[in-house]
Amino acid sequence: MRTALIRYSPLLILAIAWQLIAHFELVSSTALPPLTQIGGAWLELLRSGDLLKNAAPSLYRAGAGLMLAVAVGAILGIAMAWWRPVNVALGPLVEAFYPMPKSALIPVTVIWLGFGDGSKILLIFLGCMLPVTIGAYNGARSTEQVLVWSARCMGAGRLRMMWDVVVPSALPELFNGIRTALALAFILMVTSELIVAREGLGNLIGYLGANGSYAAMYAVVLTVALMGFAADRVYQALTQRLLAWRETGLA
Amino acid sequence: MNTARRLARAAAWGAAHLGGIVALLVAWELFARSGAVTMFMLPPFSAVAERIWTDAVGGTLWINIGLTLYRAFAGFLLASVIGVGLGVAMARTRLARWFFDPIISVGFPMPKVVFLPVIILWLGVFDVSKVTMVTMEAIFPVVTATVLGIEGVGHELIWSARNMGAKDRELLWQVLLPAAFPQIMTGIQVALPIALIVAIFTEMAMGGFGLGGVMMQASRFADSRGVFAGIVEIAVVGYFAVLALVVLRRRLLRWHQEASAPSTV
Repeated sequence: MRTALIRYSPLLILAIAWQLIAHFELVSSTALPPLTQIGGAWLELLRSGDLLKNAAPSLYRAGAGLMLAVAVGAILGIAMAWWRPVNVALGPLVEAFYPMPKSALIPVTVIWLGFGDGSKILLIFLGCMLPVTIGAYNGARSTEQVLVWSARCMGAGRLRMMWDVVVPSALPELFNGIRTALALAFILMVTSELIVAREGLGNLIGYLGANGSYAAMYAVVLTVALMGFAADRVYQALTQRLLAWRETGLA
Repeated sequence: MNTARRLARAAAWGAAHLGGIVALLVAWELFARSGAVTMFMLPPFSAVAERIWTDAVGGTLWINIGLTLYRAFAGFLLASVIGVGLGVAMARTRLARWFFDPIISVGFPMPKVVFLPVIILWLGVFDVSKVTMVTMEAIFPVVTATVLGIEGVGHELIWSARNMGAKDRELLWQVLLPAAFPQIMTGIQVALPIALIVAIFTEMAMGGFGLGGVMMQASRFADSRGVFAGIVEIAVVGYFAVLALVVLRRRLLRWHQEASAPSTV
């Protein structure tokens, strides 16, 4: 507890500095509303239901897109590592599209699926799939040959070997890829909602900003930032537990 | 014989690489012309290519590419320089470590793009705020990679350098930074695509010129050819930017053992 306090004290210092600067109006209070006021605005948003009403579709979009990306990406990556034809066919495409800035797809997904949930889910799916694919591919490729031979020796069929040998040894890299995808999912969720949407947290931020309710806007911005942070922490704790069987921790 | 075989292999490799892309473009063209989708939803590739060609001849394409690259690279360079400096400070001094460590570890997983309205409020809608957004998002991988890289430098190296009378500055420039360079470069390579994503997003959100801005404008006027032209342009620009860093890495790290290992990129 005490070590945590010392460790995170810089954040506390920043928060106090923020409050003091805003309190004494060193910068204009529209540009930097005091934290207490932001807290009040946050409670107000919570009470009126605006926060929950907009958080639900946002999280649904990010969750659905990410789930799809993980499922398809993992299968694709492992298939690329283990069946040569798949690799030859898809490898160059993955390589060509990996560096593509995914925010460029926002207008296209809107053309295809309109302004609702579908276009955001598609965008998040497309954006998150490649990091997962590459993670799964690198992980599956690095399976120790000895393990594969022993499994084969003990009479494991192709699918059985896939499930019992290749998938577990691909997990650490795959989890790393999913972590990147998780961060990307939040980024794409907010960006797409800021640019085109009728509801969602990104849209709420844009709406409040355009209205001049800056304290409320700050409240939503900080909420999304903290949600991204919390999701990452929960994910890390989860994967560490799932990988507890490994001899060494994640390097 | 050996060279001939190597050449043949390189040619086959190149063909396989191009093959996938060409197949995709052909499939796009055929699918768009088959009538299963409207021209609005998916204009054929030939129409999109024609559009890109007119933009290129008219010169607007180059202006937009230049603007986007300028914003992305200005932010990316700032992020690299500040990020390496901050990383070195955090790895070597306790005070910097104590102060910045929680900020970095809390800030890294946050979607910093949500701060866009705040940044607009502070800095306006022009290049300053776009570059700031890019820097804010791209700096984190550089810092963490630098800290890890510097901390990973072997004690023997540092002790020998000290033993031979290296001052702090010499130690930093001649031992720590070169030894940590592969990892730092990896962080920088992670940062570049992020910089491009954010540059394009800010252009979309704030309007104006640049690849993202023009694409958004095309989308507002339901000009789907323009939108798809934008996608192709952005994909090509992104591909070559990332490729340039891979080449740069190979150049700069020629002395390192990783250069002699077979490359998988």
